Amino acid sequence: MILLWLILIPFFGGLLCWQAERWGQQAPRWIALGTMLLVLAASLVLWIGGDFSPPGVSESPWLLEWRVPWIPRFGIEIHLAMDGLSLILVALAGLLGALAVLCSWNEIVERVGFFHLNLLFIMSGVVGVFLALDLFLFFLFWEAMLVPMYFLIALWGHSGSPGQTRIRAATRFFIYTQASGLLMLVAILALVFVNYSNTGVMTFSYNALLNANVPDGLAFWLMLGFFIAFAVKLPVVPFHGWLPDAHAQAPTAGSVDLAGILLKTAAYGILRFAIPLFPEQSQAFAPVAMTLGLVGIFYGAILACGQQDIKRLIAYTSISHMGFVLIALYAGSELAMQGAIVIMVAHAFSSAGLFILSGQLYERIKTRDMRLMGGLWGRIPTLPGLTLFFVAASLGMPATANFIGEFMVLFGTFDNAPEVVIIASAGLVLAAIYSLLMMQRVHFGGEYSQGRLAGPDAREYAMMLLLIGLTLAVGLYPQPLLDTTASMVQPVVALFTDSAGLAAQAEEVE
Amino acid sequence: MLTLTDLVGLLPLVIVAATAILVMLGITWQRHHSGTAALTVGGLALALMSLPLAWAVSASPPLMMLDGIALMGTVLTLASALAIAAMSPHYLTGYTGPQEEFYLLLLCAVTGALGLVASNHMAMLFISLELLSMPLYGMVAYRFRTERSLEAGIKYLVLSAAATAFLLFGMALLYARTGQLEFGALSAALTPALTGGPDPWMLGGAVLIVVGLGFKLSIMPFHLWTPDVYQGGIAPATLVLATISKLAVFLVLLRLMMVVPAFESEWLRNLISLLAFISMVGGNLLALFQLNLKRLLGYSSIAHLGYLLIAVVVEGPLSVETSGVYLFTYVVATLGAFGVIMHVSSPHHGEDAADLHHYRGLFWRSPWLAAVMTLSLLSLAGIPLTAGFIGKFYIIALGVADSRWWLVGGVVAGSAVGLFYYLRVMVTLYLPEPGSQPRESIEGRHKRVGELTLMVIAVLILLLGIYPVPMIDWMAALARAA
Repeated sequence: MILLWLILIPFFGGLLCWQAERWGQQAPRWIALGTMLLVLAASLVLWIGGDFSPPGVSESPWLLEWRVPWIPRFGIEIHLAMDGLSLILVALAGLLGALAVLCSWNEIVERVGFFHLNLLFIMSGVVGVFLALDLFLFFLFWEAMLVPMYFLIALWGHSGSPGQTRIRAATRFFIYTQASGLLMLVAILALVFVNYSNTGVMTFSYNALLNANVPDGLAFWLMLGFFIAFAVKLPVVPFHGWLPDAHAQAPTAGSVDLAGILLKTAAYGILRFAIPLFPEQSQAFAPVAMTLGLVGIFYGAILACGQQDIKRLIAYTSISHMGFVLIALYAGSELAMQGAIVIMVAHAFSSAGLFILSGQLYERIKTRDMRLMGGLWGRIPTLPGLTLFFVAASLGMPATANFIGEFMVLFGTFDNAPEVVIIASAGLVLAAIYSLLMMQRVHFGGEYSQGRLAGPDAREYAMMLLLIGLTLAVGLYPQPLLDTTASMVQPVVALFTDSAGLAAQAEEVE
Repeated sequence: MLTLTDLVGLLPLVIVAATAILVMLGITWQRHHSGTAALTVGGLALALMSLPLAWAVSASPPLMMLDGIALMGTVLTLASALAIAAMSPHYLTGYTGPQEEFYLLLLCAVTGALGLVASNHMAMLFISLELLSMPLYGMVAYRFRTERSLEAGIKYLVLSAAATAFLLFGMALLYARTGQLEFGALSAALTPALTGGPDPWMLGGAVLIVVGLGFKLSIMPFHLWTPDVYQGGIAPATLVLATISKLAVFLVLLRLMMVVPAFESEWLRNLISLLAFISMVGGNLLALFQLNLKRLLGYSSIAHLGYLLIAVVVEGPLSVETSGVYLFTYVVATLGAFGVIMHVSSPHHGEDAADLHHYRGLFWRSPWLAAVMTLSLLSLAGIPLTAGFIGKFYIIALGVADSRWWLVGGVVAGSAVGLFYYLRVMVTLYLPEPGSQPRESIEGRHKRVGELTLMVIAVLILLLGIYPVPMIDWMAALARAA
């Protein structure tokens, strides 16, 4: 039942925020903050009380489970379940949701209630994605979180250039994700009907479909349907067209949510659905996926170097970081997969930090164009130092969580695909280049204009220190995080490598 | 012969026809707008309430078949007519010409639609279709003093007449081959001779009938009248065209495909698949850059009928269920969208307020209207948690189950394209800059009834999206009875 409440709390909180606007501007903000903290607190309580040791053979792999029939005609259930991975991601959603509310405290001054309604609805959808185990329900949440995100970008975004660019960006975001989502729906339905013709039972249940016996040729296409939907959201390079624009035009809170949480839903989807449902096909597809990951690392890094808009730059670095995640997910080793999860968490912290900082810069100098910055180190107290920390985290400096993640990914992948690791390592150099380039252009060099600017206030300080603390904590002692997700990752890796072994055996027999 | 049982079975039809006569007599006696509207709503509601009674007797009147499809069509027709009749008074308040005749035309059209969905004989099909179409000419051209409305009426009349000619020719060909006009007899007379499938003459007849019905459904390439008529006609007339007319004609096409063996050929199915594909892709593409909301919805309806045709292409009980669910969700969403247009255009004052700039910032003027519009558009776009998603889910499921990958691909591509214009309209509602000044609204009972109807529709869209089980169960039961 608590799983259902994790979804419903932000939903009702959002409705309350909308109506609370009549009590003044501050009311929706406090309600939204309280709601997100409630979600965070609930997931932390679950984490502290949870037992994450690998389950025995007969035990349920889920920490919590809740299911009721919904549309019996198609065997659709409201089936929610939580394990270590979804718990971590739900907690992350709660944390970043609270940060998103905080960072828009002064930025959003009009239609405050409706803004927070959208913000909380996104959270509701995201938590739903992390908890849903019925494929229909998963798809429903997957699509449902698009609408509020669309409004967030379209209504409160920045019109960077003349014309309605924020609406264009929002529309592009929506169409990319919705169209690819429909491909996933087709794949889900095909899977369900194949299972139906095999067993005579119509069901969308994850556990039942894991054992669906799909003919080889079809299974590959279905795997591709899932993969494309997740690849668009991750984003993987040929499908990334929506991301830079969406980030550049979105309000700070939108960018924080987008980079911190929404991108992670894609990695989660690959880990939870694409690989376990189609292990053999994923295994066969791994070289392609890893190549795409490599392309993403370099493409994102190189384009990041050439950006003028600071938020576009961070957006492209996201593409680069997600390339590492993609490689790790298809590497087929526990270490690499764990590393991918650490990168997801670390990237959530560091990119959220950078986006919040660029939002704070925007509030002070009213531009995101790096050509109009420069020399800010001497003009703003403290803020540049904070920026330096997150830049260092983003380039994978040891002691930050990002370092642990990248190290684990490269180390874990080396066994199976050494050439990929060698090439990917070069990407780390590029990461250093774009990160320092950004630091140089924004905070060092000649001063573009004169005058001192206000330093961070208590709210801004608190957000930054929290993120820095978390980045360092995971960077210095990642073991609790790894312990939590280990029991989820091991079976996936086993499926993946088993299918490789089986394929090898089959070849030998032939 | 028509027995008393049959009359009971036809009770909804009888009641609606009787109401039409009553309304006509009432108008000749004394013009009274509210009274006429109330009488219409009352008659339609009574017809809806008589349904359980009519369904219970399992009658089989001549020329007709009262099965699941007929019941489905009857309920959908009566419910949409009820919604239209409830929302029209507010719209017509400012109309300077005769207001009461609109309800008379509406009731006649509904009578035609009720006959059409139950028809089991070519003669019945033809008469009902004409009874449905004739009042529509009048309704589309209702505001005949403005050029556009008159143009729309004439355009619809001429093209509709051409379509009727096709339809009649098709029937004649079938009759020439079989000597039968009854759907059931057509199949009985043909089954032994059908070893090699229908011969070219019969296929020709079937194709001509599909063309004739395709005009009414505005399937591509027979859609040319749609945007102009949608834009020119008064909003309630367009709404009748978009809901009642389309759903009744669609259901009769479905019945023909199911019952009449001349339609059972893979070749014809492929042809309809092709029409479906170009309708869903073309309709969405043409809607992309429309600036008039009614035109836009006209093109969008072309696309939706394209999706629906998948249910005609695929055989089996699931296809009837899919038709029912999709029609239901489509009709509800269309009623919502046009209902808001009617409300914004009320009271009637020259042209309808259908240009997009009328809707700029609607959310900040009247949030509830904008919310209903948003829900309707999301539903038409097939976004989860609205009714439209259930419909789209059914359509894709049907295509996947029958491995019609091209059509499924068309639905995916069409939906992606469609999102663009639905989102464009949707975001317009929320833009901060005010558009043109809203019309001065006339408060009163008519307005409140209209608003109440819109609320019911909005709640229905959400409810069907979140808990569709009752609708699905009902449609599944009807599909078994078909």
